[in-house]
Amino acid sequence: MVAKGLDFTVAEGDYLCILGDNGAGKSTLVKAILSLHEPLSGSLEFTFPRSEIGYLPQRTEVRRDFPSSVWEVVLSGCVNSLSHRLFYGRKDRMNAEANLERMEISDLRKQSFSNLSGGQQQRVLLARALCAAKKVLLLDEPVAGLDSHTSSELYRLIDDLNRDGMTVIMVTHDVHPALNSAGKILHLGRTFFFGLRDEYFKSEVGKRYLEESGHHD
Amino acid sequence: MTEMLSYSFMQRAVLVGLLVSLCSSLLGVSLVLRRFSMIGDGLSHVGFGALAIASVLSVSPLAFTIPVVVVAAVLLLKINDRSRIAGDSAIALISSSALAIGVIVISWVKGTNTDINNYLFGSLLAVSKSDAVFSVILSAVVLLTYILLYPRLYAVTFDTVFARAASLKADRYTTLLAVLSALTIVLGMRMLGSLLISALIIFPCLSAGRVFSTYRGVTVASAVISVTAFLVGITASYGLGTPVGASIVVVHLAIFLLLSLVRLVREGAVRRKLLKD
Repeated sequence: MVAKGLDFTVAEGDYLCILGDNGAGKSTLVKAILSLHEPLSGSLEFTFPRSEIGYLPQRTEVRRDFPSSVWEVVLSGCVNSLSHRLFYGRKDRMNAEANLERMEISDLRKQSFSNLSGGQQQRVLLARALCAAKKVLLLDEPVAGLDSHTSSELYRLIDDLNRDGMTVIMVTHDVHPALNSAGKILHLGRTFFFGLRDEYFKSEVGKRYLEESGHHD
Repeated sequence: MTEMLSYSFMQRAVLVGLLVSLCSSLLGVSLVLRRFSMIGDGLSHVGFGALAIASVLSVSPLAFTIPVVVVAAVLLLKINDRSRIAGDSAIALISSSALAIGVIVISWVKGTNTDINNYLFGSLLAVSKSDAVFSVILSAVVLLTYILLYPRLYAVTFDTVFARAASLKADRYTTLLAVLSALTIVLGMRMLGSLLISALIIFPCLSAGRVFSTYRGVTVASAVISVTAFLVGITASYGLGTPVGASIVVVHLAIFLLLSLVRLVREGAVRRKLLKD
């Protein structure tokens, strides 16, 4: 099943959580947002170039055994601002530097990416996404496979970014960011929902989702 | 070494071999890290088949083999894209079919085994003047491509999806790499042997990966390892009279084992230190 009749808007500075069951079309939507493939029908409109979305892929999509330093990974996030230049310049390096600091991993820069823990790797990939992101971060299951302490640390960093004005779009199976941080919710499944968080958790879809996630009032 | 270089055919062979080793090691880093090693192997077999047909038709081997192998490179990439597992088997099928056709064509028309032997395992005498010219041009192209596109190639190799989201035309870079690999294989094949040339693509990157953990480190070390293995291999082959392609591959194997040992020792040291702390 693929999402049909979807209608939603994201404004600057929003925090949108995309929830939904497996196969509801979350990944398809992500790929359409990144213009990796076209939506089957309808259109997505953007007020800025789509290559300026900072993307954090699902953990399974990134090679974990690749020989690379943390610095090399983070700097590669600047690849979308190369345009006609061949090499990274001072500005790119400063950008990468700043994002290492924001993710609190400056001390890891010379480490090998493959030797890091899962949480550290996610921070590195988030720093890379930030190098690419001018205004929007698109996070695909950012905490999948991480323990709860590491997850909440990562959520804290994401909340901080949102507070500083970064638009956050997060695909997730985890109800916590939806409950605690999101401003708006997009629910994909047999029934669709798009609206403010509080309305979502009052709606039938939202109540059922919360129940299924093991939260009871 | 000096005596070896007093023959003009040896000078050509060393020049072509050095440049082919350099190109194959750089291209190998991208191919191996993206799990495209099988494509290198497939291309060398297709190269053998094409070479056999060229020799039977008595057309210029380079002029005939290059277009065939380049087309094969593009095709193999397409097959590999469609599905990983089916892609693997498809490449294996194409490899052995090309090999079989090549062997039949040669034995049928020429009725001897010497040519088959030379094509499969290489011969220093096969390096012509036009090969030398061609190898200089090709290696200049590969080196320039690699250096000028380094940041983009890294991005595509590390994470193709992220690179595409950043509006890089990832498929074009992949095709470029495959075509350059095809050219390198055709060039090195007659000297080092079509059965052995793919080792020059795969070994340097794997060996370098034993001890280096940054992309730049692996790239530079691959180039150094490849050039060293070639020089040691060809000198040994000259001195001991062993076949040149096989000698180089054995040197590669020795380097790989040596560096694996270094890694083991290092990991052991780290573990002991951790236990102590």
